[in-house]
Amino acid sequence: MTATAVNVPTPTAKHYLNISSGFWSWFGTLDHKRIGLMYLIGTTLAFLVGGLFALLIRTHLWEHTGMLFEPGTYNQVFTLHGVFMVFVFIIPAIPAALGNLALPGMLGAPDVALPRLNLVSFYLWMIGTVFIVVSLVWGAVDTGWTFYTPYSAQSATPVIAVGTGIFILGFSSIFTGLNFIVTTHKMRAPGMTWFRMPLFVWAIYATALLQVLATPVLGITLLLLVFERLYHIGIFLPEFGGDAVLFQHFFWFYSHPAVYIMILPAMGVISDVISVHARKPVFGYRMVAYSSLAIAIISFLVWGHHMFTSGQSEFALMAFSFLTFFVGIPSAIKVFNWVGTIWKGSIAMNAPMLYAMSFLIIFVIGGLTGIFLGALSLDIHLHDTYYVVAHFHYVMMGSTAVAFFAGVHHWWPKFTGKMYSEFWAKVAGTLIFIGFNATFLPQFVMGSQGMPRRYATYLEKWEGYHQASTIGAFVLAIGVGMMIVYFVHSLIAGEKAKANQWGAVTLEWDSPSPPPLYNFEKDPVVTREVYDYSVLTHKAESHRA
Amino acid sequence: MSDAHSHATPTPTGFVPHNVAHHFKTWEQEFQAAKLGFWLFLATEVLLFGGLFAAYIYYHGAYPETFKVCGEMLSWKLGALNTSVLLLSSWTMAMGVRAAQLSKKTACFNWLIITVLCGGAFMVVKYFEYSAKIEHGTLPTAWFHPHGPEAEVLNALIANGGQPSMFFSIYFTMTGLHGVHVLGGMVVITWYAIGVARGRYHSGHYLPIDLVGLYWHIVDIIWIFLFPLLYLVP
Repeated sequence: MTATAVNVPTPTAKHYLNISSGFWSWFGTLDHKRIGLMYLIGTTLAFLVGGLFALLIRTHLWEHTGMLFEPGTYNQVFTLHGVFMVFVFIIPAIPAALGNLALPGMLGAPDVALPRLNLVSFYLWMIGTVFIVVSLVWGAVDTGWTFYTPYSAQSATPVIAVGTGIFILGFSSIFTGLNFIVTTHKMRAPGMTWFRMPLFVWAIYATALLQVLATPVLGITLLLLVFERLYHIGIFLPEFGGDAVLFQHFFWFYSHPAVYIMILPAMGVISDVISVHARKPVFGYRMVAYSSLAIAIISFLVWGHHMFTSGQSEFALMAFSFLTFFVGIPSAIKVFNWVGTIWKGSIAMNAPMLYAMSFLIIFVIGGLTGIFLGALSLDIHLHDTYYVVAHFHYVMMGSTAVAFFAGVHHWWPKFTGKMYSEFWAKVAGTLIFIGFNATFLPQFVMGSQGMPRRYATYLEKWEGYHQASTIGAFVLAIGVGMMIVYFVHSLIAGEKAKANQWGAVTLEWDSPSPPPLYNFEKDPVVTREVYDYSVLTHKAESHRA
Repeated sequence: MSDAHSHATPTPTGFVPHNVAHHFKTWEQEFQAAKLGFWLFLATEVLLFGGLFAAYIYYHGAYPETFKVCGEMLSWKLGALNTSVLLLSSWTMAMGVRAAQLSKKTACFNWLIITVLCGGAFMVVKYFEYSAKIEHGTLPTAWFHPHGPEAEVLNALIANGGQPSMFFSIYFTMTGLHGVHVLGGMVVITWYAIGVARGRYHSGHYLPIDLVGLYWHIVDIIWIFLFPLLYLVP
């Protein structure tokens, strides 16, 4: 990296946000940062819609007889919560929003390799989402986000519209992943070797492999489900000689890697955020990089653990159980190395770091409870209970969404050019941490006692746990609401951000905030190792709070 | 960084120059990025069909007798004819790519059009195969009502626990999805043939022809697997 200090931007400098204006300058843009920002806004809206459904669910469950809905309506509400959160929000959130914003800059590239495909991907995301929203006109789908046959082939709700929507969203995800693989291979600046890439890039790269190699199988699964409803081809229907469990195999062959499409980029965000705010190179950099690839590979071989009670051979059960334990190893490597990174670091408890700390605690709980579920005998008891619900919310909401927030807080000053209120960010982060744990810790207890998931009513003895969970959900919602308010306020009246707000040493901070259209004022040449904080000048040092 | 990188690749006289996109430093970088991206896209195609091959293997194992009897009802002669037609088209496609690399406008145009015609011939044969099955009612589950010459054999098969409708579900889904890919390829190749006639592709810029050629070969290879599995395997 050459000294960029000589390129002090004048106040009137053109950057990617003000270089052009008007509707088509955004919806026809090929700039990865604008596309990333549009994804950020879109996925955040999807998160709010999904969150609204979550609050409806939690309010309904305040009383054991159910407060708001008929059981059928309840099925629709939790299905919509799942569909919005999984397919519309969480899968594109970190790769498509934060990845688009930060990845090309981190590699020292002026743009992603295939900018037009990048825009196509965003359009597909919008079209897929429109399908799902429009399906509400015919009554919401009620199959659960997993669309298990035979029910999904019979349900009177618009499975075809939603299935088509998710099929299209899948293509959006494939194109994003494809773009990042090509960008990482072909667009690195001179001197940017593979082992000088930030760990966020490694994580996005591993995620992209999963997006490209797993999503087509979901595509064919949904296509077959649509054919099943249109033409009754019978492949998943026992009455025609088909096999309903085959659908589960197909579905989880995608959807288990999809879990890692969600968590891997989150791990990447955490690696970078922790390193910057602890001012230390990531401990065991290569092992963290390799563990991302290891997780990506092993994740293709564990799908059967979703089906321990569906009828598989004993050999398959043992193999899937073993592989499920096995995937814990690379995940644990990451956690230990993050802790090793923080150890004796110069820790600045900025808002992104606070969220990263929340992630560490929550992810350890989410990950370890996953090991419990991978144990064959225990899973028979815990399968389809609130224990499972709590486990995957610890991983998806508590880990991925919180890491997403950490990333947004971390890169916000870079890509908006504005700072938010650190004070309110810390208040919101604390509320989210407390609210989240209050929501889902009681669910572990209920689940271990046998409370089944997806039930609209329940036994009275669990009312206390459910009410604690509901209160937690509202605390969480207040935290999220607060976050939205201070981010909007920051856009309108935020302080101007510094070029290198946190004293980071990855390339994307090596240009003004917000960056110019092609990211750098001068083509970067990389001459030093990644996370080498010794090059920071005392001037950058003073940026720290 | 500015548009300073934008520059035209070497263009033979009489052809339209190609500008390297702004964010690439060199022509090679652009070429290799597009090619890697396209190979990844082809991988997704293979995986898309992979799901169907998995379903085939599963039900072939579950109903071996059905797959033997129904497979014999398909005309291996028509299948072999279609295989030859597609193999021929792969060769003409490869010749088209070579002609584009050598800036031979007319030759390239002709090879691409022959490729499209081969695809058309494939679809015509497929049309006759499909119509015979529609006529005899040997169709996927809901419409399965055999009344042609095969009816007796199929009813005997069902009486013995066979599932002929499953075979025809898989047959129509696999060949149907493949047929859609052939049609799509024909449209895209025609589009690029027009571009070739207008002089857009030449030794300095033959990338799109190269890529559509790769796509056509993958569609061909998928058929190379479909043909023996559906028509020949007992």
